[in-house]
Amino acid sequence: MEEERSFSDICGGRLALQLRYYSPFCREFCVSCPRLSLRLLTAVTCTVWLAAYGLFTLCENSMILSAAIFVTLLGLLGYLHFVKIDQETLLIIDSLGIQMTSSYASGKENTTFIEMGKIKDIVINEAIYMQKVIYYLCILLKDPLEPHKISQVVPVFQSAKPRLDCLIEVYKSCQEVLAHKKATSTDP
Amino acid sequence: MGLVSLSAEAAGLDAQSALVSPDPPDTVLGMVLKAFFPTCCTLADSGLLVGRWIPEQSSAVVLAVVHFPFIPIQVKELLAQVQQASQVGLVVLGTWCHHKQEPEESLGHFLEGLGTIFSHEPWLQLCWEKGSKFWSCKATHQQSSTIPGVPIEDHVMLIFYDQRKVLLSYLHPPTVLPDCQAGDATASAEGLAAIFDTVSRSEALFCKNQFDEDPVRLSHWQSEGLEASILVELAKKASGPVCLLVACLLSLVSAASACRLWKLWPLPFIASKFSTCEQLRHRFEHLTLVFSTQKARGPAQLMRKANMLVSLLLDVALGLTLLSWLHSSNRIGQLADALIPMADHVAEELQHLLQWLMGAPAGLKMNRALDQVLGRFFLYHIHLWISYIHLMSPFIERILWHVGLSACLGLTVALSILSDILALLTFHIYCFYVYGARLYCLKIYGLSSLWRLFRGKKWNVLRQRVDSCSYDLDQLFVGTLLFTILIFLLPTTALYYLVFTLLRLLVVTVQGLIHLLVDLINSLPLYSLGLRLCRPYRLAAGVKFRVLEHEAGRPLRLMMQINPLPYSNVVHTYRLPTCGCHPKHSWGSLCRKLFFGELIYPWKQKGDKQD
Repeated sequence: MEEERSFSDICGGRLALQLRYYSPFCREFCVSCPRLSLRLLTAVTCTVWLAAYGLFTLCENSMILSAAIFVTLLGLLGYLHFVKIDQETLLIIDSLGIQMTSSYASGKENTTFIEMGKIKDIVINEAIYMQKVIYYLCILLKDPLEPHKISQVVPVFQSAKPRLDCLIEVYKSCQEVLAHKKATSTDP
Repeated sequence: MGLVSLSAEAAGLDAQSALVSPDPPDTVLGMVLKAFFPTCCTLADSGLLVGRWIPEQSSAVVLAVVHFPFIPIQVKELLAQVQQASQVGLVVLGTWCHHKQEPEESLGHFLEGLGTIFSHEPWLQLCWEKGSKFWSCKATHQQSSTIPGVPIEDHVMLIFYDQRKVLLSYLHPPTVLPDCQAGDATASAEGLAAIFDTVSRSEALFCKNQFDEDPVRLSHWQSEGLEASILVELAKKASGPVCLLVACLLSLVSAASACRLWKLWPLPFIASKFSTCEQLRHRFEHLTLVFSTQKARGPAQLMRKANMLVSLLLDVALGLTLLSWLHSSNRIGQLADALIPMADHVAEELQHLLQWLMGAPAGLKMNRALDQVLGRFFLYHIHLWISYIHLMSPFIERILWHVGLSACLGLTVALSILSDILALLTFHIYCFYVYGARLYCLKIYGLSSLWRLFRGKKWNVLRQRVDSCSYDLDQLFVGTLLFTILIFLLPTTALYYLVFTLLRLLVVTVQGLIHLLVDLINSLPLYSLGLRLCRPYRLAAGVKFRVLEHEAGRPLRLMMQINPLPYSNVVHTYRLPTCGCHPKHSWGSLCRKLFFGELIYPWKQKGDKQD
């Protein structure tokens, strides 16, 4: 069962949330970030090339122009491959674990899988981020040897940064899946 | 018909029993059963599923499929045999049904009957029809059912895994529970590490293939024939005698170097000052470890040995390239010819610098007498040094030629020799630095002590603090006089100290860069990086799951793939230990030592005591 809704992120950009219910114990949430804007790309390229042209008129060395072209190309490729995240996915499977995937604009995918034995809970936390107060969804991890202590906090959807309404949807869905795990587990 | 309809019937039966009485909580809230199924067995004929059942995680790891016809006693014997060899509890988990043409009814009944021969709770029944994309799975508990005669069905989740990749991969970090010893063969690992553990320990099962004339026919990743590489097998056979030979040679060398002759006084001191000896010793340790006749104790040890071997080979290859470059077209001669004029040039520049200091450097007014004394002293020193260099000049080319030969031991050795030659050639700068620093240090201590006298205080050595003290009048008079003299001589000494310290720091920086390069070649784990590039599944950081095409009402199917370790983690986990020549001081303590004129020894030598 698939459903798509649109929300906005903390800066006001549009986000699309895709919910896929494969079964009562397996759900996937996919948040797509706003695409690379042509305006920003053009602005950066123009600035770099104007600066290079200015240097060229000072130094009369044509290597500066070729260097500027290389820098722009390499910078764009590096940005697409290492910085620009297109989509972030959260896959929750009861009795296996939670998997978080980030797909970059160049197609690269970065996946992290956390086993169910290490997961204590999923919560929405508040944080002060510069001059804003934002909400973020995070997974609380516990050490299997010390089940009462929280050993780590893993934030989810870090580059998409959706707002509270989107987070509440995901939170409710995840809690339904985790409720079963809590019922069968022996932790207090 | 067949198994598909049977499962539908059973489902129908369950629904009916739901109408009669509420579902027992187990069927809905019980843990989902995870069945790990190897992708190589999806095309295998129908048969029995053989593998390991992990009750804590409610997972069934299928390792192989046993085909018809078979005799149950022989199957049980085979399982017991493999269990003894591998310490993994193998059982018959259920049945596998692959309908190639029309679904066979008789097979369905036959498979149901097998559940009674090999009793296992829960009994897994997997079925796939050729042409259909979806599977049907059933897991039944006969004994723990509340309604006698009606088995409880669990939800089944199918997870496909690539058996070969999971077998060959090494999961980082190894999850060993603290209360298990390392040698405990039946130690159970947590979570997914248990799956990896199960597959890697069952190598005894995977050795049986279809060419073996066994009474029991198995299907797994190696059932088409054992996989091996001729080169690897030859290398394994050859490595025994080669290791023995090299180990003997190395023991001879180490016995020769342990001889008492090398312990006579000047030699250990000189050896500790040269980084070449340190580097040679380091490489010798690597060689002994790589060619030792003991087998590696674990995958980490094996990787370390492989990394060391590749690092040694690269080192020697680069060294031989350098050697061929040096010895071609008379480069050594050119280098030797250029060396003496270069040393002369450096000495001349130093003389100009001293002349400048003896005048009015940067417009500052120096104390004439002290200036002349220091300047002339250092100029004479330079003169002596240049005479020695000129004395050595006929032999330089021969020495360089023989030293250049040492590049065949490795590029790191050649770089260490370069660093040592640099240290030797700039020895006079080191001497000047020491003289300047000592003079300045004396002056600073004198000044601080006399400053205390000026204020009427004294340093109490017993209590390690400053106490007030009443001085006699003549003590005060002489002290104040000396204080004034020292403070007026301070700019001259400070300037000389500053200039020579900067020169020394420059030389130290160049040496430091060379050492950094040597450290890089020493410690980079090239074999691990190459493995991560070419066979990423060998170094696993974890797993990742992909949901395969799904239809409502059918069991969920996932594909488990290996998530390789990121490159930064590979370097961090497998880097080889270096010589240990790290900078000794933090920036704060360095500045403090410079201010007070204490001598700086930039590198921690191995024999130094820790602060």
